[in-house]
Amino acid sequence: MMEVLDILLSASFWAAAVRIASPLIFATMGEIICERAGVLNLGIEGIMVIGAFAGWMAVYQGAPLWSGVAVAMLAGMLFGLLHATLTVPFGLSQHVVGLGVTLLATSTSYYAYRLILPEVSSPPKIEPFQPFEIPILADIPIIGEALFAQTPLTYAAFGLAALVAFALYRTPLGLALRSVGENPAAAEAQGLSVTGLRMGAVIVGSGFMAVGGSFLTLSAFSSFFFEMVNGRGWICIALVVFGMWQPGKAVLGALLYAAFDAFQIRLQQLPIGNVVPYQFFLMMPYILSIAALIAMSRRAEVPAALMVPFNRGDR
Amino acid sequence: MNQDKTGAQSETVLRLNGITKRFGALVANDAISLDLRRGEVVALLGENGAGKTTLMNILFGHYVADAGHVEAFGEPLPPGQPRAALEAGIGMVHQHFTLADNLTVTENILLGTVPLWRMGLGLGQAKARIAQLSKDFGLSVHPDAKVGTLTVGERQRVEILKALYRDAKILILDEPTAVLTPQETDALFETLRKAVALGLSIVFISHKLHEVTAIADRCVVLRHGKVVGEVNTADTDRHALASLMVGAEITPPEVSPATPGRALLQLRDVSTPSEGAVPGLDHVTLDLKAGQITGLAGVSGNGQAALSDLISGLRMPQNGAMIIGGADQATWSPRLAVHAGIARIPEDRHHTGTIADFDLTENTILETYMDPPVSHAGWMNWSAAENMAQEVIDAYDVRCPGPSTRIRLLSGGNMQKLILGRVLERNPKVILANQPVRGLDIGAITYVHNRLLAARDAGAAVLLISEDLDEIIQLSDVIHVISEGRLSPEFPRGAKTPAELGLWMAGQGFDGDAHAA
Amino acid sequence: MRLEPIAHPSLARRLGFPAAALGLTVVVASLLALIAGANPFATLGLILKGAAGSKFALLETLNRATPLIFTGLAVAVAFRAKLWNIGAEAQLYGGAIITVVVGTSALAALPTLPLQFLMGFSAALIGALILLGPVLLKTRFGVDEVVTTLLLNFIMLLFVSYLLEGPMKDPMGMGWPKSEALDRSARLPRIVDGLRLHWGFALGIICAFAVWIIQTRTTLGYEIRAVGLNIRAARFAGIPVNAVLVKTALLSGGLAALAGFSEVSGLKGHLSLDLSPGFGYTGIIVAMLALLHPLGVVVSAVFVAGVFVGSDSMSRAADVPTYIADMLMAIALLFMVLAILLSRVRVVRG
Repeated sequence: MMEVLDILLSASFWAAAVRIASPLIFATMGEIICERAGVLNLGIEGIMVIGAFAGWMAVYQGAPLWSGVAVAMLAGMLFGLLHATLTVPFGLSQHVVGLGVTLLATSTSYYAYRLILPEVSSPPKIEPFQPFEIPILADIPIIGEALFAQTPLTYAAFGLAALVAFALYRTPLGLALRSVGENPAAAEAQGLSVTGLRMGAVIVGSGFMAVGGSFLTLSAFSSFFFEMVNGRGWICIALVVFGMWQPGKAVLGALLYAAFDAFQIRLQQLPIGNVVPYQFFLMMPYILSIAALIAMSRRAEVPAALMVPFNRGDR
Repeated sequence: MNQDKTGAQSETVLRLNGITKRFGALVANDAISLDLRRGEVVALLGENGAGKTTLMNILFGHYVADAGHVEAFGEPLPPGQPRAALEAGIGMVHQHFTLADNLTVTENILLGTVPLWRMGLGLGQAKARIAQLSKDFGLSVHPDAKVGTLTVGERQRVEILKALYRDAKILILDEPTAVLTPQETDALFETLRKAVALGLSIVFISHKLHEVTAIADRCVVLRHGKVVGEVNTADTDRHALASLMVGAEITPPEVSPATPGRALLQLRDVSTPSEGAVPGLDHVTLDLKAGQITGLAGVSGNGQAALSDLISGLRMPQNGAMIIGGADQATWSPRLAVHAGIARIPEDRHHTGTIADFDLTENTILETYMDPPVSHAGWMNWSAAENMAQEVIDAYDVRCPGPSTRIRLLSGGNMQKLILGRVLERNPKVILANQPVRGLDIGAITYVHNRLLAARDAGAAVLLISEDLDEIIQLSDVIHVISEGRLSPEFPRGAKTPAELGLWMAGQGFDGDAHAA
Repeated sequence: MRLEPIAHPSLARRLGFPAAALGLTVVVASLLALIAGANPFATLGLILKGAAGSKFALLETLNRATPLIFTGLAVAVAFRAKLWNIGAEAQLYGGAIITVVVGTSALAALPTLPLQFLMGFSAALIGALILLGPVLLKTRFGVDEVVTTLLLNFIMLLFVSYLLEGPMKDPMGMGWPKSEALDRSARLPRIVDGLRLHWGFALGIICAFAVWIIQTRTTLGYEIRAVGLNIRAARFAGIPVNAVLVKTALLSGGLAALAGFSEVSGLKGHLSLDLSPGFGYTGIIVAMLALLHPLGVVVSAVFVAGVFVGSDSMSRAADVPTYIADMLMAIALLFMVLAILLSRVRVVRG
């Protein structure tokens, strides 16, 4: 028991939790934007892959790190455009299109990877974002290392969450977005373009998902390898439900999930890790996500028009 | 701009010129022209399917016309842009309210009025302005209430405030009274008169003649997508308008006195849980007697859905008893309801009553596919199913190319005839008819009403749920009013005037209701 | 723009758009080859040759198609009811595990027919149970089955990894993560002696016919279609919606698990972590290209398998990465759903 307490009181544990949460926060914010506008974006997993790949490849080719992030975002927006075109004006099944986009974005990344680096056996490394210690704040015990000695991309993740929360509840754009996800006819009757708003939301949201993916290569692991996203996108879909479509609660959920993930990694090092096979520790986060979905299922207020296409004149 | 009241009287604010709109083979609007002058109320009169709503949707930019154009204040209106219509000073109160339930009243009104990229919403200013408008026009609503929690009447006030907030000069109201009590209708007319006095012009869409004559200066009558008459209300009467609207004399069905028998379905002190803002049933006791039509009047959203779901088998009573044919129901489901001899005509024939992409055969057997001759031990007998569908098609005059037609291609009236045939062919004991004629044209309405009366005369107990008080009064042998889930006492035919029923619909007269005033 | 349904779409329209979708996929394939610096015609030719250019190639394609028929049917059955089973991968592995367990136990001494039946049946049972969980969560708590079935795939792979390093580890495996192999006598025989094609392929076709009969001739098939097209109307009419979803899940999960049975018993003989290179996910593409028709699934499974087998062989000869197959199939899927829509509706202005 003491060892468990040691883990929970160590600064490195909390720093790891915040680090693990960062890509999830980016992608979850992206998904919230899409779903608030009424579009379920199951392209998220593949868009994270293409973000991870594109950002890394750009940096590997000599671009500065932040340009890498921008390239990732653009790549994500491109696939967002594809998703939006098929699901919004054409109103195609968001399930099928989303899975199709995931398969396409993933295979495009792999195809491009093999095309550009045909012979390599292990992927080359890049120089990733370095932790930036915020003066004074970083010196606070535990909290300082956990929160204020992270890479700039982590700060950006939390900044984005605050921005999305502000935009959603305090700006005309957010109001419009919330209305198209609830009753698109209401938005149209007030002169807003439902198609434009929804497409915009999916494109921008997909951009953020890709930035989340690029966090993995540009901040966490410093190189790209296959299956590195490993279901993080699907976890984010669960986090959106867990956070009841609210940015603040979703961030909390991401941190909770990440803390759990960091905890199970450390638990493996303890004596219990010799008794219980490591695979069961690795399963825990997925099981936790399913449990969270069950727990929230009764309470969630789903956007009423989620997955309902809007065809002008169908009234 | 000429603001002088007398001089403005003749100014044309809105002109529709030769509007034509086709949907496939159907010509919904056929070269329709219409003028609206300042400070005038024009009624657009026509039965369901005459093309009124289509015309207004073109005017407002929801549809693009195939031919013709719209001018507002002398300027041509670009087609297909609701924003352009709004900016030209046109406000529309849709028949199906266009409000987002998750937003507050203020947010709904504000939506789309502030440039999207501005940083703040300006909620404070907006609230003050809404309060002022509410006062000026007698439209009281709470600006911070979530729209999802509002009653139908309140929602309509929000819709009107949306238009007034944008300084609309032309107000279009699509069947605004369909969901209101007589008293609420009077209040609405009061608001509209205030608006006209302030220089607004109004297009009032309706198929109710007494309302048209009460509010409109001029009346344009549509039939089958064409303008068939234009008269000053002062120079005409309801009778003339009616025959203009339908193209023939209207003969309401002969309703002979009922000979009620024993109660076939009884509710004893039944309650069901409420769902969000929609109330459940509140200690309801009800007898549906053989050979009698029981009418249920009420404003929508007052527990009709709960009662209908209960009798349909979709939900169980939370407490109290449901007794069918003398037996208390311990378990209950749609299939048990069907087997208990309950014919169910659902409120939404497009989404609940039928499956759009199923053909007529598949839709006919929806409730009976488990029984012979349609299936034996899990194996379908499609030829028997098709025969059954063909019998319904023949007996109920369903106009269609054949039983293998997908039902989505049928008109609402023919769809409803198929549903009627499906449930009435089995000689039901109890008939639940929830809004059975909503959206139908006169021919289909008469057909449905006659079938219900015939079933009554054959000994069925009929429960007729409708928001249209006129329909209830015309058809029902006894009437109950439902309000906030409570049921009024039983009123025999003719015992209460429409106005008295309206007071009950507004919640007055119920026991222990202290705030009724 | 606005979409207007066409009452009676012409045959040309109903065939033309799907054909155009496949045509456009070929165009994209050519472009991808060009990007890789290869001759598009040569590349397409190599894919075709690798898929069907020889008896060996053709048999390889049919072998690859076999698991796809099962997962494609699993998806087609589930999607008909709008039950989004994205977990065929997990169900496949579930079936594979049980096949190895039964096939390496004392029961392996049984004669071929009862043994294969027992393995297939227990595999289907396990697969059905794996999908039952998410479906009960959907019907009881309203939990979206897309996420739960997806997450189960990851959980299942970790579980398989645990088994292969623990209880099911092959003592002769020399550290390679794979299970003990089934005896030759415990495996599905070949359809024709000497030809490398096992009875799993025939079983797939039999299953396709069985599903087709269920869908068109039984009350369950009628119920599944009703629930998929309009769950509200189905419930109102008295169709036991939750029971139908559960039955659909059992059928779908069972079919997906048969892919695992067929791969282990017919092809590989043992369980390993690379038993399925995403057959579960590819099943979605197979099912959608077949427009969810069970007999169409057989055709589209062979087509999809051909593209994969052909691309593998092509990439050995030309410098075009084999992932071109994955890309093409994803593109074909997206084009096809659009084509199906456009064969039923017209895009009009306003």
